[in-house]
Parts: sequence; structure tokens; C-alpha cells
Amino acid sequence: MTKRITGAEALIRSLEAEGLEVLFGYPGGVALPIFDALYDVESIRRILVRHEQGAVHAADGYARVTGKPAAVLVTSGPGATNTVTGIANAYMDSVPMVVFTAQVATSVIGTDAFQESDITGITLPITKHNYLLKDARDLPEVVHEAFLIASTGRPGPVLVDIPVDVSKGELEYAGPNEPVLPGYKPTVRGHAKQVKQAAALIARARKPLLYAGGGVLSSGGTKELKELAELMQLPVVTTLMGKGAFPEDHHLYLGMPGMHGAKYTNYAITETDLLVGVGVRFDDRVTGKLSAFASKAKIVHVDVDPAEIGKNKRVDVPIVGDARHVLASLVAELRRMSAEPRTNAWMKVIDDWRGRFPLHYHPSDSDVMPQYVVERVRELTRGRPTVYATEVGQNQMWACQYLRITEPRTWVSSGGLGTMGFGLPAAIGAQAGRPDHLVVDIAGDGSIQMNSQELATAATNGLPVKVVILNNGYLGMVRQWQELFYGKRYSSSTLPQDCPDFVKLAEAYGCLGVRVTEPGQVDGALEQAFEHDGPAVVDVRVAREECVYPMVAPGGSIDEMLGGVPGCPVSEMLDDELLEEVWE
Amino acid sequence: MRHTLSVLVENKPGVLTRVTALFARRGFNIDSLAVGPTEDPTLSRITIVVMAADTPIEQITKQLHKLVNVIKIQDLDPAESIDRELVLFKVNAPPDRRHEIIEIANVFRAKIVDVGKNSLTIEATGTADKLSAMEDLLRAYGIKELARTGKIALARGSREA
Ligand SMILES: Cc1ncc(C[n+]2csc(CCOP(=O)(O)OP(=O)(O)O)c2C)c(N)n1
Repeated sequence: MTKRITGAEALIRSLEAEGLEVLFGYPGGVALPIFDALYDVESIRRILVRHEQGAVHAADGYARVTGKPAAVLVTSGPGATNTVTGIANAYMDSVPMVVFTAQVATSVIGTDAFQESDITGITLPITKHNYLLKDARDLPEVVHEAFLIASTGRPGPVLVDIPVDVSKGELEYAGPNEPVLPGYKPTVRGHAKQVKQAAALIARARKPLLYAGGGVLSSGGTKELKELAELMQLPVVTTLMGKGAFPEDHHLYLGMPGMHGAKYTNYAITETDLLVGVGVRFDDRVTGKLSAFASKAKIVHVDVDPAEIGKNKRVDVPIVGDARHVLASLVAELRRMSAEPRTNAWMKVIDDWRGRFPLHYHPSDSDVMPQYVVERVRELTRGRPTVYATEVGQNQMWACQYLRITEPRTWVSSGGLGTMGFGLPAAIGAQAGRPDHLVVDIAGDGSIQMNSQELATAATNGLPVKVVILNNGYLGMVRQWQELFYGKRYSSSTLPQDCPDFVKLAEAYGCLGVRVTEPGQVDGALEQAFEHDGPAVVDVRVAREECVYPMVAPGGSIDEMLGGVPGCPVSEMLDDELLEEVWE
Repeated sequence: MRHTLSVLVENKPGVLTRVTALFARRGFNIDSLAVGPTEDPTLSRITIVVMAADTPIEQITKQLHKLVNVIKIQDLDPAESIDRELVLFKVNAPPDRRHEIIEIANVFRAKIVDVGKNSLTIEATGTADKLSAMEDLLRAYGIKELARTGKIALARGSREA
């Protein structure tokens, strides 16, 4: 006969069966049976955070860099509700994770008992699926299902709510049964006919463009993407979520499109005759005014989630399937057709744009330009395995524009939800997942204060993340919008540059703190931080009123960008001679 | 356009909430909703009537498909499906007018299921049109209370594979 064990023990065995290595968490009353059962467990590393939001973001960062589903364990009530932003963030960015929340006893659920919250109800719209357990015997199966659902198809967060009597209850543990999920059947392989159609369009197109997103990374399809791009010499743009899906130092790489995309990137989308979207969701920050987005192009859209196809933009060839599989079958089909690249002239047009409208800023001898700091981070980490995280705001956009992500899963940034305070805890989780990498969080002085308490987590768990604060004394991105669209009325967007004193804050947490006030100090400070064997904070006092350019006004069409090189719509930027060559 | 969605789901707690919350979240107003078990006790059928243009209905159908507990969704074509609804009308019925009301009930093949001192309760089933027509006629007598089950529907036999 199998031995009877408690629900809490069964949970741990189930986690071990899933191969879980790290658990991010924070304890509390009704979670204690589980934390107690974890006391002697050696196979699973526990990382105690300082706020439950930090636990979820850390799990998020861990999952992004490792590709494995991550797990979180917190208590009921406030512990559970503190996870909500983190869960919503993971949901928007399709990150696989399982969040375990403890719950009050089943006998008092619904009575507004102490520290009760209806967390399955609260997280209904922001989880891929969730469970409220009622019986310890269901635990092994539910945990197995939760990991399966979180990590297959379009990945996402799954929440499992465990009442205290369930974790204390007993069961005969015999491992999980095969899950019975009659309504859950993600499509992996693209429909052969549609793949053929798409391949035929690619073979014929004169101005094609690959538009790759996070789906390429989560499906593990970066090799296949590169193969397709190189085979047909297709230029590639990647979304914020897709950074790292294609090496950014490749001559076919065209940057990130959208609101803060480079001019040449957005021009390419405006002019393309075939846009092949892979694992992207045509987000409004990318498309701007939908009617003007890729309006001259036929559109192929590959996505594992059928609901994304045609959601925002009409599609000519829809392909439901896993990005890696579909990319591989496109390559195979094009090979079978002996298709030849036809993009020589198109690349010349693009190179011309690239030469005329590069991303640029005005360097300064006296002020530290934020873009310069990001460039120096890029140069000083060149050749060294590095994961780059960001907070949200201008810092994030400059990181997008000036870093070069060349390896998959080394870019960790909050895309869909745009969560300030994401970067530091996510960097901590990333460091736990990639101990051999340097992990750098590019931060804003506003965002870092949303979860700066996690410096303690970094310090006490031996996770030597480096935080580079582009300290402009403003909620910079808000200030930028106020400057451009609200007559410079800086309502509630000013933060004193010296409060808090970030160096002292770092030191208070046992981290290294360094301050930079002049351009000449940037390299030394960054090197000092990167060489330091613990976590470090570099407080860089940057030019306060710098804006992120180019910029597409909200709702505007993406070829009409403000700032940067004096420019005008792409229609006026086209070189007729070069264009004729495309068509000859 | 009015759509009738027939949604086959796992018979588990909370599934109805997941389905209806999805409509609410995406700004749809559900006109009618009926739920009950099927021939298989592990499954329930939810019939949802909703007003929406074709593109949003396609999106909501796809989103419904993503729910782990949803097994199958049909957007029923009125020409190729049968639908029924059950209504209970409690109608003002002073003794001198009872006869007329019973007459109306007979015409609609409805049943008198309760007789009060001054009221009759009528049970009627049929399509939404028929029930509305009956309601119009009964309104003249004064409807004291009314309860509708919401529409249930199935595809016609010819649609079987
Ligand atoms: C939790 C949260 N609250 C508010 C916002 C809105 N918001 C977007 S960017 C931004 C300013 C960010 O300021 P900072 O972190 O200093 O970065 P900077 O833009 O200066 O680089 C704000 C308030 C948000 N994205 N997230």
C-alpha cells in the first residue's frame, strides 16, 4: 500500500516531479503547513523575497531566461492579492508560471474569514487557468495540469489556491495521473495548405519583411527564424517581446518597430509588400494607426493562439501553430520549391534609409546622456554572457534602441502591461536562472522605487544583479508626454534626483553603490559595478529633459515620426530610382 | 446580428462564471443564457444568445475556445437548428375573463399550471417569436409576473457528420 502523506508533502513531491528547481515565495499563516514541509527539502531552492509582487516578477524573469515554467508560493489574503500585478504582467507577456496561493480552510471560505480573498475570482481574467482545491487527493493531478497548461500552447500563468485544510489533509500519493483535459488541445503544426500559400507569397515578394515577436522565443524557434531569413534574405524586425529572437548585429536585422522604433524600421513596415508576422500580436504600440500599418502588404500571421489571428488586423494567410514548427515547415517548403532570394534591391532601399535616418542622439561633454550610458553598458558587456532587464519608461525604450541583444532569452522587459518595478525583481529571478551570466537592470529613478526593497533579496540570496539607474529626476516618460502633448505642465512627474540617495540606499541593503555625475565617470563606475561580486547600484545623474526619439504620436501612423533627424512621411522619403530597381 | 452560441463545457464548479465573465470583460451584453447538464453527466451545455457583429463574435468564440473547460462551441444557424424557450406567465384573471385567457393558452398550445383567485399561471414553450406574440396578447389582461428560462438550442439532425 502507498504511504499516506499530507497535502503539503504531496505538493512538494509534485513540484519535484515537475523538475522545479527554484521557488519564489513569502510565508504567512495558512501557508505555514507548506513552508514547514519545505524546511528539510534540499532539491528545491527557496528565494525569500520582500514583497509578493517581487516573487512573481522574479519567477517571471526566471521563466523568461530559462524557458522553464517558474513557481511562486505565497499566503492567502494580502499575500495573494499582492501577486496580482505580477500575474497580470506574466499573462500579458505569455510567461509560463504556476502561482500557489494558500487559502483559508474550506469550511470558512466565503465567510470573509481573516486573510481570506477570492483570489481565483480576482485572477480569473489574468490567468490562463486557475484552480481552487477542495480535496488533498486532487493535488498531484492539479499540480501536473497546472504546469502543463502554463507551459504549453500559448504559455501563461496558472494559479492554484490551496486551502489550509487541504495542505494539512492526507492522501495516498502515487504521483499524478495522466491529465484529462478534453477542452485543451493547442495546435502545434501549421496547416499544410496555408504553409504552402505563405511560402509561395514569400518566394514571390519583392519587399518582404519578417515581423517576429515573443512567440518565436517561447517556441524555441530562433534557429528556424534565422534559417528562413537567411535562406530568402528577408529583413527582420522584432517587437519588444521578440528582442533576442534574431541576432541584432545581423545585417538583416532592422530594429524594433512602433512608437519608438527607428525611422528605417517603420518605413520598412510602411513600404513592405509582404509582412510575415510570427508570434506577434499586432499590439497598438507597434502598429500605431492600424489602417496605415503595412497598408501595402499582404499579411501572413503565424500564431499558436488562434484568437490573435485577425484580432487587430485583417490577415491574408492565417497559420495557427507553434512558431518553431511553422518556421521549419516554411523553410522546408521554400527549399522544396528551390525559391531564390529576390530582396537585393529592397535591402539597398533599406540600407539607404538606415544610412540617412540612423538612431541617434546629441552627445555632450558636460551632461551624461542616458543613451550614452546604455551604449556603454552595451560595449562593456560585449562578448560577456549578459542578461539585460529593464524597468519601464524612457529607460526601457533607450535600452531597446541602444543595446544589441544577440542571444535568445537574454532580454527581460515588461511588454504588454508595462509594469514599473518589474526590472529589479525580474533581474533577480533571471540571475537565479542564469547564475553564470552578468545580469544588468537598466532602470529609471521612478520605477526602481516601486520594488527597491528587493535589493535585500539580491543581497541575502547571493544574486549579484547590477542596477543602472538613469536618474533624471522625473517620471521621464510621463514628463516627455507632458512636454509634447500637455504644454509642459509637469503635473506630478517630478522626483528629486537626490531623494532617496541611491548610493546610501544600496549600502543600506549591503549592496555596492556608485554615483556618476559626469560623462567621464560612466565607464569606471560601470566596470566597478560589473566586477563587484555582489549586487550593485549605479546612480547615474543623466540629462534631465532628454526625450526618446523618434516617436510616433499615440494613434498616429508609424511612418510619421517626431524628432530625430528632420524627417517627413515615408512617401516623401522614397528614392524613386532605388524603388524602380526593386520592380525591374 | 443575433447569435446563438451553443457551448459544451466540462461540468465543474466555476465554469459558468468563466464563460459569462468573458462576455462581460469584452463588453458584450448577453440577451439570454441557459445552462443544464447533457446526456453525459460530466458535461454541461450553455446556450448563449448575444447581439454582436460577425467580427467580434468570431473573437469571442476564439476566446471562449481558449478556456480550458470549454470543449466545443457552435454558432448556430437559425435555419439549421431548433430552439425553444419556456415561459411562465402569471396573468391577472378575474373570473369573468378566465375563459378568454384559457382560449389564448389553447391557441398557443400552452398549459394552465396554476389557478389562483384572481390569476392564472400559464406554461408555454416555443420559439422566441411565438412567446413574444403570446406575451403581447396576454399583456392586455395584465401580466403580474413572468419568468423565462432563456433559449436552449441544438443543431438539426442533418448537421450530424
Ligand atoms: C505601475 C505603473 N504605474 C504607472 C505607470 C505609468 N508610467 C509609465 S512610464 C512612467 C515613468 C517612469 O519613470 P522612471 O521609472 O523614472 O523612468 P524614465 O521614464 O524616467 O526612464 C510611468 C509613471 C506604469 N507604467 N506602471
